[in-house]
Amino acid sequence: MVSQPHGGRLVRRVAHGRRRERLLEEAQGMPQLELDDTRAADVANIAHGAYSPLEGFLTEEDYESVLLHMRLSNDLPWPIPIVLDTPSEAARDWGVGDEIALTHRGRMLAVMSVEDIYAWDRAEYAERVYRTTDPGHPGVAKLGEMGGLLVGGRLELLEEPPEPFQALRLWPIETRVLFRERGWRTIVAFQTRNVPHLGHEYVQKAALTFTDGLLIHPLVGWKKPGDFRDEVIIRAYEELIRHYYPPNSVVLSVLRMQMRYAGPREAVFHAIVRKNYGATHFIVGRDHAGVGSYYGPYEAWDIFREFPDLGITPLFIRESFYCTKCGGMVNEKICPHGDEHRIRISGTKLRSLLANKQMPPETMMRREVAQVVMEFDNPFTE
Amino acid sequence: MSIPVTLYKRIQELIKDTGFTSVSQFVVYVLRDVVAEMEREKLQAEGLSEEERERILEKLRRLGYI
Repeated sequence: MVSQPHGGRLVRRVAHGRRRERLLEEAQGMPQLELDDTRAADVANIAHGAYSPLEGFLTEEDYESVLLHMRLSNDLPWPIPIVLDTPSEAARDWGVGDEIALTHRGRMLAVMSVEDIYAWDRAEYAERVYRTTDPGHPGVAKLGEMGGLLVGGRLELLEEPPEPFQALRLWPIETRVLFRERGWRTIVAFQTRNVPHLGHEYVQKAALTFTDGLLIHPLVGWKKPGDFRDEVIIRAYEELIRHYYPPNSVVLSVLRMQMRYAGPREAVFHAIVRKNYGATHFIVGRDHAGVGSYYGPYEAWDIFREFPDLGITPLFIRESFYCTKCGGMVNEKICPHGDEHRIRISGTKLRSLLANKQMPPETMMRREVAQVVMEFDNPFTE
Repeated sequence: MSIPVTLYKRIQELIKDTGFTSVSQFVVYVLRDVVAEMEREKLQAEGLSEEERERILEKLRRLGYI
């Protein structure tokens, strides 16, 4: 059956009707904190249960526990601190017990109870979460943009932040209803920040062979320069699904969230979020959520051993490639042939071909997908 | 928490040449697994009102998911 939400209850902290009107009015008189797009997305994800069991940003006790043990203070698996930063000056007049209004692009977003205000150590955060303090790591670099204090406490959403992909945004309660409506009991989720090549299609279909349905869940939001733009990824997947997937076998929906490039810890975090969306299985590929050579190719697999109580089954699928002797897409585990028969998919080569508007070989990318990607003047973030 | 000496020795033998470095570590691992399973069995999915369910279905139809 569809997975239980992490922690047993789907968090839903969205104000409606008269309560919302009252809170909107009260928020006018509260101290305000303006959030960027990334934090606004976190607020919406918390409120709609994507980050269940979190009901707000972490307090210090949970923050320390997550940092040190990859678990909340109640022992529930949780590997990435979800925190709200603020410049020290902004929090000078706040105290525990106060309520503050969170704004986004000048509009009221949410109200938050201040349960904790605490200092944090960027270097410790980087070392624990990213396993590096190298400012060349995109996640570490982002820490430098954050304020000196963290504020923890529960929140309640008043307005949805704008979403360019409105037609593809489903919240956890909605995917759960959808999966039940389709009669799906087992659902495999696929996290991506790339346009699909044959390797991605292969692992998705391998997993779909043994489950009722596939949730393709591209992460949209902040990514490092050089990654594919969100709209390119979405268009590419729409084209792939239209031509190459059986009808009603796939749900394509977006997850707005910051890409952290935290490798192993982020792989577990990605799995927990998809568990909240109802997935029972989660594909963990080679160097999941990795960047450069900060993590070993299969470090993101090893970490799952520390969470026998995760509640979603990771599917570890090795690097796939085209084998001319096997006559199709295979992976290392099932192909006995040597390198001379293997056509590996190089992400770098693929990007270069697409950037130069050259059609990649059909052993790497579907023609229809490549055509869609090449319609964009510049498919990469800057 | 105490366990019988015979069980302790049995576990000690079992975890030789594994990734577990102590009996305690093994016991914590096993207990977490068992506790999570028991918690799962106790839990029930949060119910939706018919009105809310219909509203969600309407959105899913409008977006073409159903």
